[in-house]
Amino acid sequence: MPVQVLFGQLLLGLINGSFYALLSLGLAVIFGMLNVINFAHGAFYMVGAFLAWMALTYLGVNYWAALVLVPIVVAILGMIVERTMIARLAQLDHLYSLLLTFGLALMIQGVFRNFYGVSGLPYSIPGELAGGINLGFMFLPNYRAWVIVASIVVCTGTWLLIDKTRLGAYLRAATENPVLVGAFGINVPRLITLTYGFGVGLAALAGVLAAPIYSVNPDMGADLIIIVFAVVVIGGMGSILGAIATGFGLGIIEGLTKTFYPQGSSVVIFVIMAIVLLVKPAGLFGKVA
Amino acid sequence: MQLRLVLATAAVALLSAAPALAIDVKIGVLNDRSGVYADLSGEGSVIAAQMAVDDFKAADKGINVSIVSADHQNKPDIASSIARQWYDQDGVDAIFDVPTSSAALAVSQVTKEKNKVFIDSGAGSTDIVGKSCSPNTILWTYDTYALANGTARTLLKQGKSSWFFITADYAFGQALERDTAAIVKNLGGTVTGDVKYPFPGSDFSSYLLQAQGSGAQIIGLANAGGDTVNTVKQAAEFGITKGGQSLAALLVFITDVHAMGLETAQGLLVTSAFYWDRDDGTRAFAKAFAAKNNGKMPTMVQAGVYASVLDYLKAVDATKGKDSKAVLDWMKANPTDDPLFGKGSILANGRVLHDMYLYQVKSPAESKGAWDYFKLVDTIPAKDAFQTVEQSGCTLG
Repeated sequence: MPVQVLFGQLLLGLINGSFYALLSLGLAVIFGMLNVINFAHGAFYMVGAFLAWMALTYLGVNYWAALVLVPIVVAILGMIVERTMIARLAQLDHLYSLLLTFGLALMIQGVFRNFYGVSGLPYSIPGELAGGINLGFMFLPNYRAWVIVASIVVCTGTWLLIDKTRLGAYLRAATENPVLVGAFGINVPRLITLTYGFGVGLAALAGVLAAPIYSVNPDMGADLIIIVFAVVVIGGMGSILGAIATGFGLGIIEGLTKTFYPQGSSVVIFVIMAIVLLVKPAGLFGKVA
Repeated sequence: MQLRLVLATAAVALLSAAPALAIDVKIGVLNDRSGVYADLSGEGSVIAAQMAVDDFKAADKGINVSIVSADHQNKPDIASSIARQWYDQDGVDAIFDVPTSSAALAVSQVTKEKNKVFIDSGAGSTDIVGKSCSPNTILWTYDTYALANGTARTLLKQGKSSWFFITADYAFGQALERDTAAIVKNLGGTVTGDVKYPFPGSDFSSYLLQAQGSGAQIIGLANAGGDTVNTVKQAAEFGITKGGQSLAALLVFITDVHAMGLETAQGLLVTSAFYWDRDDGTRAFAKAFAAKNNGKMPTMVQAGVYASVLDYLKAVDATKGKDSKAVLDWMKANPTDDPLFGKGSILANGRVLHDMYLYQVKSPAESKGAWDYFKLVDTIPAKDAFQTVEQSGCTLG
């Protein structure tokens, strides 16, 4: 295998890792703060891509505007879902919210499938990012480079927000002891609703980023969500940094598998997950409870 | 006296109007109604079957047709258990459509066991009429040989002789690569390599990069549906065609082109058995079909369901019954003729021979509107388009 090809594959792995990181980050944030295993995450990612397509097709809203507006719209939808449904299950076992979000995902997908079919819809790469650069060892489309940059910026920003700011401190405290934090005059339920909105907003952002690369279709989230869950489990449930690092790392490992043993590329992440669970049940970055 | 005359006249009128013997026929449309192939078959195939029944004026000919449909989810086990239930309990006489080759092979097996009729439109593996052929199975629309034959032959004629395959790793993809590679080698071309990826995939950049590195002139895509859409989209993104290599998507449905958009799909060669805008007959059908199908034009699979139901009903009408053997014998003995596929015939192994067409996808500038996607490059006459019974490896006939 020539070194050039290897560099190319590493870079491609990093691009896929960007999506894994963005999605698993949202999942980790939600799990960390709400203790909800959000199975609807893939559906919100798909809705993000669809809203970008709808905004362009029906309203003429371009990609850059969609990149900002769609995550906000989806975050609001997410907050409504959290307030009206998920919050009611907060006192119950994890399984109930898992089933609720799983059912929601199936319903959302079913509705989109009914109206838009399964073949997918076209969404073009924005003119500013068309074309690419020849790196010598490979042709890197500008759009993919942009995806990596956007993902790194958003992931770092989120990590800083939660680990280094006062708002993040409230959030972490509310996870540890909601009653005490409430006693200090902080509206814990509102904090939780905002967190859920933020998490699914990240999923929608990933959806908008994905729209020009993959075909926009109702099953795009369902295909991805299982892998993303494996990423979160490997990184350690609820660990922000773990989700980001594992996302990028597994993207690269998967990319290499596609080169050396393509038949194994669909299972490699799950093999790693099984090994990690055996050796370090709390995940690579997780704290033992 | 007068009353008696009136009654007698009425009785005569009734007698002459009522057919000699009414035949009840139940047909089942079995396909993918929720997964990757739902748009190219799905409810559209049921609409097509109903249109065939209406256009044939079956009721006027004394044939009462009822249609049932089900979702096989592209799984062979589900497909065969539905087929079994339809034949055993629900009184279904013939099954139509059945995309996904593995599911089609399963239904073919059950149909043979129960001595019913199975006319496939959606699946493509040549094995259905080849080494796994059955006297009860007919394959109407296309197959992997015909696809390879149409696209590969033309590209080799243009001097594109070295090939690299990106292949979906399941029955259909493997058959398509095998049949295409055989034609490429027969005509003096070379296959420089291949990559078999787990089906279905979503990110193809890694495979495309390997194909690029191979230096082959043609990158053959032995996959279908959403996988093809994503591969073509990503190939454009990575500048594959700008680097001098060409893509050969071996199976492209019009719904795939719709999903890619012309900007991405333009220039692709498409081997197809049917295109809605070919002549007055196909346009009339397509217009009526689209009105019932949310404005979506028919795919060749849906057109195949229409034509095959029509031919089956002709056979029922001609043999005045629905005995499986009599109907199948009649179909194989008589030429086929319908507005969508024109004149054709059915071989002993069940392969329907009709013209195939090589189209090229129009550029956005050439297209006059929605669904105006293909321009004709070449017509492949029925006798050259498909394998003969001997070539197929089927021992029937």
